[in-house]
Amino acid sequence: MSAFSVTNVSPGQKWIAGILVAGYALITILPLVWIVATGFKSSADSIAYPPTLLFEPTLEGYVNLFTTQTRQSPEVLAANPPQTWYDGIVHERGLVIAGPSRFGERFMNSVIIGFGSTFLSVFLGTLAAYAFSRFKVPLKDDLLFFVLSTRMMPPIAVAIPVFLMFRSLGLNDTHAGMILLYTAVNLSLAVWLLKGFIDEIPLEYEEAALIDGYTRLQAFYKVVLPQAATGIASTAIFCLIFAWNEYAFAVLLTSGTAQTAPPFIPTIIGVGGQDWPAVAAGATIFLLPVMVFTILLRKHLLRGITFGAVRK
Amino acid sequence: MAQIRIEKVRKDFGGFTAVRSSSFTVEDGEFFMLLGPSGCGKTTTLRMMAGLDLPTSGQIYIDGEEVGQKRARQRDIAFVFQMFALYPHMSVEGNIAYPLRSQGMPRREIRETVAEVARILGIADILTKPVGGLSGGDRQRVALGRAIVRKPKAFFMDEPLGALDAEFREHMAEELRALHDRMGATTVYVTHDQLEAMQMGDKIVVMNHGEVEQFGVPQDIYDWPATMFVAGFIGSPPMNFLSYEGTAPPGTTEVALGHSRFGIPELREGCSGELALGVRPEHVRLDDASDYRARVVAVEYLGTTQIVTLRTGHGDIKARVLGDTLVREGETTGLSLDARTLTLFDRKSGRALRSAASERVLAHG
Repeated sequence: MSAFSVTNVSPGQKWIAGILVAGYALITILPLVWIVATGFKSSADSIAYPPTLLFEPTLEGYVNLFTTQTRQSPEVLAANPPQTWYDGIVHERGLVIAGPSRFGERFMNSVIIGFGSTFLSVFLGTLAAYAFSRFKVPLKDDLLFFVLSTRMMPPIAVAIPVFLMFRSLGLNDTHAGMILLYTAVNLSLAVWLLKGFIDEIPLEYEEAALIDGYTRLQAFYKVVLPQAATGIASTAIFCLIFAWNEYAFAVLLTSGTAQTAPPFIPTIIGVGGQDWPAVAAGATIFLLPVMVFTILLRKHLLRGITFGAVRK
Repeated sequence: MAQIRIEKVRKDFGGFTAVRSSSFTVEDGEFFMLLGPSGCGKTTTLRMMAGLDLPTSGQIYIDGEEVGQKRARQRDIAFVFQMFALYPHMSVEGNIAYPLRSQGMPRREIRETVAEVARILGIADILTKPVGGLSGGDRQRVALGRAIVRKPKAFFMDEPLGALDAEFREHMAEELRALHDRMGATTVYVTHDQLEAMQMGDKIVVMNHGEVEQFGVPQDIYDWPATMFVAGFIGSPPMNFLSYEGTAPPGTTEVALGHSRFGIPELREGCSGELALGVRPEHVRLDDASDYRARVVAVEYLGTTQIVTLRTGHGDIKARVLGDTLVREGETTGLSLDARTLTLFDRKSGRALRSAASERVLAHG
């Protein structure tokens, strides 16, 4: 073994590497731990200073997040004993549940718009990338540059034109409008990423399928698509993360029916004082879908980020 | 199985002409080699025959039917790619069965046919494996299996042994030839390896710069090359050229190099100006009785034979002599050439002059 071996490191080096990685992981995970913990704190614990590290967990934040409550006189409270555990939690504070909050709706909006635009971006992106990769498209390089150039300024720079456009088209505060908008923003990324992946798939596979008696369309979905799965998965993750977290457009263009979770969560603060546990609970739940989606596609993501680095 | 006829086929890619006016015929059941250096248009020619590229002009007939502008799937042919192009997301069985599925063959029949093909190729034991982990030879066999399973009119192979190790290539070449003899299928095979072409082919087309240089059985091409390019491309070491200026009218039976005279087969056509006398290394003899002198500049010992490089007044040439002949670098020796085997070339056009010996081969080309 040489002293400068790439694959065999000494125990000392391993320790140093381990400490660095652990330190970095700690720094990145700390805000997450804080948010998740705050979601289980009581209102008093959440604003305590110095912060409480050990506390009695409560689901108060989650109940507040999903319900609206009204204050009632002790007589009414006594006449209506709590029926369920969440009734009990609000009872203790002299409140009764008046109905569900709008968080569920807003969360579903996020799911519809996030996954809808991701699906559309990846679907259109794959077709465009295949065409760019395989066919002689006139002005191909210029078109590809044009596609990329839509990403050269922050999307929010065109917020006002988009707002005016949406208003005259009647797309304000609609699911379709938001799906279109996020698809438009994501499409350049999707086309470029996927073109890279499809370029890597040798043409011979399709030609073999053409000779084996298949049409070009059949060759595309039976031979090219399965091999582009990695690229499609990692592109989908990037698109979803953008659409899921997008805040600025959502604030500007949605207010009611199509409002997504990011602009909704901060509004919880206003309901009955500063309800940090409810905000934290909302953020925690909001994180889950992307986390699950990413973990499911994790293997592809890793290969996706390093694609092209090593020739097969 | 089928005869394949190519007539005046041309292919332009933008301003670049990959193939200009190729014509040749592959007879039914032949093992046909398309030979040439890289970039000579042989692969493009094959792809046009298969329908992967469409010719700019010209006709392609498979089994008497003009298919020049038809798609690959309408031609009923099979193609073996250099990198095999096995579908990586399918098992061996899935790969071989794939062409049958496109025909809508019943499942049971597919399984039987695939099993039969696997038996012929000796890969029955790996049918369920994914293609990813296979050795080069097994990949090659699976690729062949996918080609023969459909019983197509013709097989097209683009350097199918190119991706294999040298030692294994020999073995696969034999296997391939044996498979061909057993199935009797018309096969067109592209290669840049002249040894492979000579060893396996019933007939060879030699291409260069998008043009057919010569077309015939291996022995004719070796003995009577139509051009200096063919003479230099085929054979290892290739044919020697002794360059000189002179005049050779029809009927000439002797040429003069310096003060020496060499007999040649009687010329049927004449030429004057820059000429070259072509001689294969095995037809050069070290002969002290000859007055044509040359100095030995290098000796490569190969066992049964040795290759001697000689400096003559008309350029360096190589001679293949028996391994036990005593030859030392630096010594001077006389050379004699086997008169029956010589070819005279017009150096300007590169063409061979037809002679009594070569006219049978060169008449049509």
